[in-house]
Amino acid sequence: MKQNVHKNFMELKFPSRSENEAFARVAVASFVSQLDPTMEELTDIKTVVSEAVTNAVIHGYENQEGMIYIRAEIDGSRISIQITDQGTGIMDVSEARQPLYTSKPELERSGMGFTIMENFMDEVTIHSKPGKGTTIYMVKFLKSHQQQKMAN
Amino acid sequence: MSLNLEMKHSRNVLVVRLNGELDHHTAEQVRYQIEDELGKDRYFHLVLNLKNLDFMDSSGLGMILGRYKKVSQLGGKMVLCSIQPSVYRLMEMSGLFKILPTFEDEQTAVSACGVAS
Repeated sequence: MKQNVHKNFMELKFPSRSENEAFARVAVASFVSQLDPTMEELTDIKTVVSEAVTNAVIHGYENQEGMIYIRAEIDGSRISIQITDQGTGIMDVSEARQPLYTSKPELERSGMGFTIMENFMDEVTIHSKPGKGTTIYMVKFLKSHQQQKMAN
Repeated sequence: MSLNLEMKHSRNVLVVRLNGELDHHTAEQVRYQIEDELGKDRYFHLVLNLKNLDFMDSSGLGMILGRYKKVSQLGGKMVLCSIQPSVYRLMEMSGLFKILPTFEDEQTAVSACGVAS
């Protein structure tokens, strides 16, 4: 018998205003809730969305208004989240990924954004072109989901 | 989805209770309010009570590190208390506890500052 894998997706588009950081993380978390994740997994997802959207607001658009796009997909227990801006882009991606690195030390940034994304997700890919924008693609496998299904 | 802040003082210790979510949007307001209060020169030490802080990201870490720098430059002590598990995990991952002592409750945190002064 062929097993049905649960698939779903959603897309969001909103202006790069800091008040939308909370909106974005809550929206993605509530979409992902259909997989019945643990509190810890939900916090991980909220945190990484917050990090990526904040990066787009502060660094991508440098507080000018532009659009931020999010696409989240569910494929079984695999969640992928893509966050895109059409802002300034990152000159040196591997430098930006270094823990404690910040291009704006005057703003009290901790420089931990990408490190947090890498720690809380199973995969993090950054595509960036100076002058064109940045896309962050992240994947997480919900462990609790699989275990619960098998236990039932 | 916002943050509100309660402040109280206990001798030369400023106690700040953060309720809600600390991110880039809310961190700025918290920074200004704490700086304003510390600028009054009545306080020497800072206790952040995070009992009702439900969410924090790296912008919150930046704000906390910024206050730590200010307070310690002036010779004061800064400590944290009553951290929720979700926030604790982020702080532990980023190595914050290497520089900031943490206590179970506000009273213990306040007396820890008192002993140091």
